[in-house]
Amino acid sequence: MPSDSPPAALAAPENLSSTPPGLIVLFVAFARMSLAGFGGVLVFARRAIVDQHRWMSADEFNETFALCHFLPGPNIVNLSVVFGSRFRGVAGAIAAFAGLVGPPVVIVTILAVLYARFGEVDALRRVLAGVSCAAVGLLFAVVFRMVMPLIRRRDLVGLVVLAAVFIAIGVVRLPLAAVLLVAIPLSVAITLAMRRRVAA
Amino acid sequence: MNSDGHPIWALAWTFGLMSLFAVGGANSAIPEMHRVAVDVHHWLSDTQFADVFAISQLSPGPNVLIVTLIGYAVAGVAGALVATLSMCVPTAILAYVVSRMLTRSSHSRWPAIIQAALVPLSIGLMGASGLVLALTSDRTLMAALVTAGAAVMAFATRINPLWLLVAGGLLGFAGLIG
Repeated sequence: MPSDSPPAALAAPENLSSTPPGLIVLFVAFARMSLAGFGGVLVFARRAIVDQHRWMSADEFNETFALCHFLPGPNIVNLSVVFGSRFRGVAGAIAAFAGLVGPPVVIVTILAVLYARFGEVDALRRVLAGVSCAAVGLLFAVVFRMVMPLIRRRDLVGLVVLAAVFIAIGVVRLPLAAVLLVAIPLSVAITLAMRRRVAA
Repeated sequence: MNSDGHPIWALAWTFGLMSLFAVGGANSAIPEMHRVAVDVHHWLSDTQFADVFAISQLSPGPNVLIVTLIGYAVAGVAGALVATLSMCVPTAILAYVVSRMLTRSSHSRWPAIIQAALVPLSIGLMGASGLVLALTSDRTLMAALVTAGAAVMAFATRINPLWLLVAGGLLGFAGLIG
């Protein structure tokens, strides 16, 4: 689908669901995508919202997610709130958020109880050690995937900013808030300056 | 800072503030969680932190639920709830307000600029998360090899990540990692 097609009014409406979801439907839909989401809920959220229920077009979903990604905090939590409020206001935001977080919190709390009880059992210790090694690998894979576009377009400035944050937080172990209070204004100023230079 | 008094207030303050600084999502805030939970407050040992990360990756739901586990370790079920809500609610309110503002004046170029500016920051933070977690988890050569193997497999193939976690768990159970 071409992303630059202007007549969205022609393309979208007949495909999209005409009735906005109710509160219970929102809760259940977000609970289901959340419980399906091992290692990240985003894929399942896109599948449910765009493909299955047709509550949003793919472009609308991408725009909404981009907004939620640039805001701080857990992206998918932001998405549930923005999505729920679009259809049902504050109540919709709460219903979607409760669906997303409520059921898995119950599961994770049960796991926490089990861990507190059996965390010293040797076999469990070994299993968790193995899982955490693999999970760290998964995190590195995500980082590589995200770095590739910067390398491909030879975004040297972006890579320097990236490295500076990596060292400040990962190596020097400075507090997050302090680093970002410096890094965010700096990075915004650099981005602005680069765009001005490209435009000029 | 506010660690005198009941630890639940320290949880609320820690994660409430972190919520507003977790650029790029929950995984970006892992170095900060480790710094606060292990180094500053001694809520968890290094090993427990690695365990808690493993459990959060194994369980369904958003990655942010690692804070539920940290909260439980500090103050039981109440701690789990306070940590979870503190980490989610401030940013949820911010998201609600910002999305309302943007639908009214959607022609601003600021969102695109801020977004572009945040991309390298969030990648740097996630890289730092990887480093901090690797230093806590990969204490043997074999452990480091498992991490490297999982990274390569997840990067180069479309395998479901859950299988890589299961494989790591099996290798651990077999005593090949410890």
